[in-house]
Amino acid sequence: MEIPFTVSERPDTGLTNPKFGIWLFLASEVMLFGSLFSSYIILRTGSLDWPVQSDELNITIGAVNTAILIASSLTMVLSWTALKEKQFKRFKLFIGLTILFAVLFLVLKIWLEYIPKIHHGHILSTNTFFAMYYLMTGLHALHILGGVVVMIFFWGPGSKMWQTNPDQFVNRIEVVGLYWHFVDLVWIFLFPTLYLL
Amino acid sequence: MTNAEYSRQSFWRQYIFSVDHKVIGLQYGLTALSFLLLGFMLMVLMRWQLAFPGEVIPWLTFVVIFILLGLAIVFLAGKKRPYLALNSLIFFGIAALIWYFTTGEERLPGGIMLPEFYNQLGTMHGTIMVFLGVVPLAVGAFGNYILPLQIGAPDMAFPRMNMVSYWVYFIGGVLMIISFFLPGGAAQSGWTSYSPLADINTGQTMWLVAMLFVIISSLLGAINFIVTTVQLRVEGMTWFRLPFFVWTQLITAFLLLLAFPSLQIGAIMQLLDRVAGSSFFIPAGIIQGGKVLEYSGGGNPLLWQHLFWFLAHPEVYVLILPAIGIITEVVTNNTRKPLWGYPAMVYSLFFIGFMSFLVYAHHMFITGMGTAVTTWFQTTTLIISIPSIIFLAVIVFTLWGGSIRFTTPMLFALAWVPMFGIGGLTGLPLGLAPPDIHLHDTYYVIGHFHYIVAPGSIIAFFAGIYYWFPKICGKKLNDNLGKVHFWGTIIGMNLTFAPMLVQGMAGVSRRLYDGGLGYDHAQPVLFLNEWMTWGAWIIGIFQIFFILNIVLTLRKKSRSEENPWDATTLEWATTSPPIAHGNFITEPFVYHGPYEYNVSVNGQNVPYLPQHKKMDIED
Amino acid sequence: MENEYLNGYHRMNTSDYGYWLPKGASTFAPEIDTTLYLVHILMVIMFVVWGIFFIMFLVQFRSGNEKKVVHSGYPKVIVPISMIAFVVIFDMYMLFGHDIPFWNHLKKDFPDAEKSTVVRIVAQQFAWNVHYPGQDGKFGRSRPELVDEKINPIGLDFDDPYAKDDITTVGQLRIPVEKPVIIHLTSKDVIHSFSLPVMRVKQDVIPGMSIPIWFEPTRTGNWQIACAQLCGNSHYNMKGIFKVQNQEDFAAWMAIQEAELPQDDEEVW
Ligand code: HEA
Ligand code: HEA
Ligand code: CUA
Ligand SMILES: [Cu+2]
Repeated sequence: MEIPFTVSERPDTGLTNPKFGIWLFLASEVMLFGSLFSSYIILRTGSLDWPVQSDELNITIGAVNTAILIASSLTMVLSWTALKEKQFKRFKLFIGLTILFAVLFLVLKIWLEYIPKIHHGHILSTNTFFAMYYLMTGLHALHILGGVVVMIFFWGPGSKMWQTNPDQFVNRIEVVGLYWHFVDLVWIFLFPTLYLL
Repeated sequence: MTNAEYSRQSFWRQYIFSVDHKVIGLQYGLTALSFLLLGFMLMVLMRWQLAFPGEVIPWLTFVVIFILLGLAIVFLAGKKRPYLALNSLIFFGIAALIWYFTTGEERLPGGIMLPEFYNQLGTMHGTIMVFLGVVPLAVGAFGNYILPLQIGAPDMAFPRMNMVSYWVYFIGGVLMIISFFLPGGAAQSGWTSYSPLADINTGQTMWLVAMLFVIISSLLGAINFIVTTVQLRVEGMTWFRLPFFVWTQLITAFLLLLAFPSLQIGAIMQLLDRVAGSSFFIPAGIIQGGKVLEYSGGGNPLLWQHLFWFLAHPEVYVLILPAIGIITEVVTNNTRKPLWGYPAMVYSLFFIGFMSFLVYAHHMFITGMGTAVTTWFQTTTLIISIPSIIFLAVIVFTLWGGSIRFTTPMLFALAWVPMFGIGGLTGLPLGLAPPDIHLHDTYYVIGHFHYIVAPGSIIAFFAGIYYWFPKICGKKLNDNLGKVHFWGTIIGMNLTFAPMLVQGMAGVSRRLYDGGLGYDHAQPVLFLNEWMTWGAWIIGIFQIFFILNIVLTLRKKSRSEENPWDATTLEWATTSPPIAHGNFITEPFVYHGPYEYNVSVNGQNVPYLPQHKKMDIED
Repeated sequence: MENEYLNGYHRMNTSDYGYWLPKGASTFAPEIDTTLYLVHILMVIMFVVWGIFFIMFLVQFRSGNEKKVVHSGYPKVIVPISMIAFVVIFDMYMLFGHDIPFWNHLKKDFPDAEKSTVVRIVAQQFAWNVHYPGQDGKFGRSRPELVDEKINPIGLDFDDPYAKDDITTVGQLRIPVEKPVIIHLTSKDVIHSFSLPVMRVKQDVIPGMSIPIWFEPTRTGNWQIACAQLCGNSHYNMKGIFKVQNQEDFAAWMAIQEAELPQDDEEVW
């Protein structure tokens, strides 16, 4: 007996198992980042000497990174629609672009932000603001990294499934897309919270 | 994959890295029971110290008892059933662990317990019992094994993820045990791990790492349970035909999914405080041993408590809701009539699930919260007790008009009702801020929740094990041994936990290494410490009947009937044990609600009408 | 073992203790006890009423007791519903009649500092440092860097004029009877919990915060300060002496303490 609704949708819920699963996972992630933002608010409002954040961080890089992530969201959608239209080559192109953007984001984050800051001696033990900064952006960067690994898999070896089981492959890309949009959304909140406010 | 193909798989695939929910359920069950036994053992060491503070612990007796138990199992298992003998490893393991404890100057020099070791034992007892014992048993074992069967599913929705969650849990458990062997020993800041104590005490790092594994395992499991329940219900299994046990598992999974992330963040932050020198939970100017500690400061110790209790209050409902589910199944089956007020139960469940996120700060009344916050949390706490009262009312009034069979599982289920009653009722004075001033952090709190988790949850799991054992192994546990186990456990538990309420009233603090010996106000109730210790021994001794019962039953040749309890739910629609792959030979179709006992069909009384039998019920 | 614990502690008011609540000794002890009694009455009523139904049903409907199984639950739904309604009403009475107003009284109605004994307590692993403001009624500044476990456990800054007359004791809290007390609680290291069972006082002591509490003792006696929050190895032994004395005794003790203070020109450090 096979497990039903792994590929097709269950009529009364209108969902496949993986899609429902990823929604639940994202619900849990909302609580995760929700707790993180609440902690940030509590620590910041309780602090007597919170630094002026925009002086400590590089807004330009933050803004560029925001643009990069938004662009990657777009290419992610395009890669999925390409698959829907059965244009496998275009799918490869766009998911490749998404990977590229994501890697670019990480490179900017690490080489232009983390490393210079660490050189300046701004580390977790400097003050609570920097601890919170590294924690929030670091956790987010880990999410990006996870996404990159999964996307590289579907770009490379995983894409063989397109030949054997195209429906399931489209579903998988959709699930990856949902995750990716969520990670981007988190950054959209992180950027103003840490760089601007 | 056909059934035959399935059984040709390698040993590893079949028994160790299996993706079959039944095997995983059993793995969870055995691991969790072992952890319960370990948690119990740690606690017996503590209780000895509390009853006889500063005296030599008869650790050699403990070691001998456990070796004898292990040998008994090897002997009983016999040559023909070497797999049973494997279980004796648990007992040898615990014996070895106790032996190890006695060999450290930093633990039991000369057999006398040190305060730091007492604190380690308490912390690990709480952690192991809650996170590695009861939750994996309630959700991982019972949920995994029974839930797919009750909804007619071939397996869980994500079988491989199911396997991963077991192994991640297993690693977390192993790390937790390993922490005893590290320099400085295991965590010793209480299972609540309040910062800044937990930030500066030894042993906490490993606890946090292990907890992160446990958390990830629970999150994966929770997703799996929800998707399975919603997506894999067989045709005809509408929402209001779900057995109540499935409902409890569904809501429990939501609690795990949404509550655990806050502890995840908290654990990461505390870990960073410890290893990266940040100070999320540490305010400026902390002084230890006359020196100002080098932290940047600016942290907030109360933030940890918020993050912890935001998880830990929903978590306590995770401990009890599956138990309520099991009790409901057993009680309706043995009263031989439908559950009275099924919809009321379901709505109460939803309500409790939702409310459990809004009451958490009742653990923090004494931290100096403002009046508005306190008013809110006392009110919500009283509100959340109403659904529990409805549960008990429904279960009690379901008995009315039935034809009650006093089988062993039913005895456990019935005893659960007043025991949970006591545990829940003692929650009320704690839930009101002014009485909580006197009772907070006293043994009254310990008594409150032990009445809920020990004669509550654990008793419910016993009921579940006796009830579903024929399903899992095709054999029924011995009734007489079961009844001896029942009475011994109930008497022992009351002897252990009732005096705690008395001590708490008198104002005796919890987590006291000397059991209150040094405090004036503890003197009149000090003798109860000995009673409680004997109570714990009684509990322990009567578990031997349980273990023997299992081993002896597995040795028996004769099998029980396929449906020995004349039950109606779907797990009994397949063979016992269910076929290895896919559970059901032909996919069942559901025609009725879950508890159609003694209904009339064509003018005749049908003693029980399984959910998958097509018949028209008359009113 | 035994002696080690008893040494130095005066067991005088042991008659205050028993199997139930310790005898109260503060003005608001009766109110806390009332809420405790009320809720326990409710609990007993519930347990007994539900218990009676429970036992009754078990006996009446045991199998073999030849009776037809009845389907629609208890015939009078009104019975369980009214039981639950009773609980709800009782709950509301306790909440709005007692607990919420009392908590507000406790947290908001602080006595006038002029007319009360004001004390500061600095908890540490594993002792209670008590800090009296002295004649001038003002606490001297304290600074973490100045802490010296032997001679200056709370790090008083003696350059501060207010600090000159301050009196500190380790683990000894004495207060006069029938006069409100305000205590400012803070901690040097981890979280402790300041607990006086007879006064029905308990308050977590949190590093980085100063939390004020108040109470008014109604009778004299010798008791103990207990620590109620796990704070490390010797948490179990973190006791203090707590004496409520009549005005004269207290004043006499205070005078001795003041006499022992170092004079201005004396070099103490
Ligand atoms: C499974 C676990 C579980 C459950 C279900 C509960 C249920 C409840 N708990 Fe408990 N609680 C804990 C586990 C649990 N608790 C733990 C582990 C702690 C301590 C943590 C620590 O500090 O280490 C704790 C601590 C705790 C505190 C903090 C105390 C303190 O530290 O000062 C409070 C305060 O409000 C509280 C309240 C409640 C309430 C109001 C309920 C309510 O939900 C209860 C509702 C139930 C009823 C009201 C029963 C109804 C009874 C009847 C209808 C009578 C039936 C009788 C017969 C049939 C004979 N609990
Ligand atoms: C689910 C949770 C749970 C459970 C079940 C228990 C069970 C028990 N607990 Fe515990 N306890 C806690 C959670 C739990 N506890 C927590 C959270 C704390 C607070 C810790 C802290 O302060 O930080 C605590 C603290 C605590 C203390 C207070 C310590 C202190 O404050 O200093 C005491 C003291 O007596 C105690 C005693 C007991 C006893 C006698 C049992 C007995 O009921 C045990 C009964 C055990 C069994 C019945 C298991 C039997 C095993 C089997 C049947 C397995 C068979 C095995 C195979 C087949 C392989 N516990
Ligand atoms: Cu200080 Cu416990
Ligand atoms: Cu709670």
